[in-house]
Amino acid sequence: MDHRPQAWGRPRDDIYGAYDGSYLQTTGPKQNTQAPVVTGTSVVALKFKDGVVIAADNLASYGSLARFTDVKRLRVFLDTSVVGFGGDVSDMQYLDRHLNELAIDESYETDPSAPDAGALNAANLHKYLQKLMYKRRNDFDPLWNQILVAGLDSGSKPFLASVDLRGTAFSSPSLASGFGAALAQPIMRKYAATEEDAAKLSREDAVKVVQECMKVLYYRDARSMDKYSIAVVTKEGVELKEDEQLEKQSWAFAERIRGYGTQTV
Amino acid sequence: MAMFSQNPIMNGPNYSFSDTPKVNAPEGARQHRFDPYTDNGGSTLAIAGKDFTIMAGDTRLTSGYSINSRYHPKVFKIGGTTADQKDASIVLSVVGFAADGEALKERLDAICKMYRYRHGKAMSVKACAQRLSTILYQKRFFPYYTYAILGGLDEEGNGAVYSYDPVGSYEREQCRAGGAAASLIMPFLDNQVNFKNQYVPGSGEGHALQERPRNPLSRTEVEILVKDAFDGAVERHIEVGDGLQMMVITKDGIEEILLPLKRD
Repeated sequence: MDHRPQAWGRPRDDIYGAYDGSYLQTTGPKQNTQAPVVTGTSVVALKFKDGVVIAADNLASYGSLARFTDVKRLRVFLDTSVVGFGGDVSDMQYLDRHLNELAIDESYETDPSAPDAGALNAANLHKYLQKLMYKRRNDFDPLWNQILVAGLDSGSKPFLASVDLRGTAFSSPSLASGFGAALAQPIMRKYAATEEDAAKLSREDAVKVVQECMKVLYYRDARSMDKYSIAVVTKEGVELKEDEQLEKQSWAFAERIRGYGTQTV
Repeated sequence: MAMFSQNPIMNGPNYSFSDTPKVNAPEGARQHRFDPYTDNGGSTLAIAGKDFTIMAGDTRLTSGYSINSRYHPKVFKIGGTTADQKDASIVLSVVGFAADGEALKERLDAICKMYRYRHGKAMSVKACAQRLSTILYQKRFFPYYTYAILGGLDEEGNGAVYSYDPVGSYEREQCRAGGAAASLIMPFLDNQVNFKNQYVPGSGEGHALQERPRNPLSRTEVEILVKDAFDGAVERHIEVGDGLQMMVITKDGIEEILLPLKRD
């Protein structure tokens, strides 16, 4: 028995000869993530009267391979905000650990008995993530994600904003990353073209629209799955459901499709 | 160490993780395929009048053929005492790569605020313009990918517009268009603000032609000009649209005007 843990599970020198490490790169510049590996696809989110609905499916793909089918891509922060991640899953997990640390520090520093005494809201969290992502792009070591932050701002108004791997940040009544920008955004903009429209939308309608978007994405995005997570953020807190199943799918509409959609005959 | 090792060759890499070949790269050397820049479209425009300056920009944020946001301001008040910029007298517009634009805006704002704190007075546009050039040139070899325009009133109270390239070259001008539709708007401005190619009718032929005398435009004239310029740009450029944000700087302060543009 070889008692050295370093040698366990490796080819034995007395049988295979000494390990040939010549193939390992020993010189050259330091390499950072240059491309995402295991990835999550779209995240969709929509503001409504008194909060935000956000959803993402539970798939992590390895290229075109549906590799991990139970990866939760929505993350609750301090019971007040939800962060949705698209892009590289390992970078998502790094950010998740980082946000955990931040949440713990924040909980120690704020007094829970005082009503919202300086606790980080979604707007603060989004600004923090934007600075983090922009710093990493300046270092040429990007976190390969498109992030959506949903919650409430300092005035308790619904807040929804996005930040990407280059630190570009923006806000809109509805947001969708990846494929969702092409497929889900047009649907959501029908219901909430402006902030005023979004402020009239009921919670039930908003959830229904987002579910419809998830269905459309499952129909047409080859890197998507029918199992998804959906969260609703309001003043009352976060309601997160992580094992939702898309229902009542049907390709019956397909036979009526002519051309690219504008064609009628 | 050698007495516990089954490995006969001790000069090669061993089992232990600490024995794996070190990557010995010179500190800071990087090889990259990641492109740190994108173009977020949009257009800006600034016109200096006799006793006012108008800074304008559309509010669309794009990425390729997608509209990321229909309201993402490109024109900012700079150097007020507080975050709400109530007493600001300088306006900055940035267009190009949005993340760099925001970083640049926040840096210039912080510097103007520090100046106010140290000297007990607001920064002049002239000083702020020189400082902005320095900030941009400091990042000469990893530039802020933004076309900035700075506007305000000079010491005499005249409208002042300073325009920049991404690495800090700057000059004071009467008017300047920046961003995606700059090439569409600038010739229109040359004609309508500086009266280029406009002559006094019947004043002669060839070199005898007299140029139309240049007199400063009124505020209402400039506001209409800005709206017309953007309406034209919206028709011909897909990255311009959604909303028009205007900041009018006068001795009484800064007035912000929001107008709708076509959202198609």
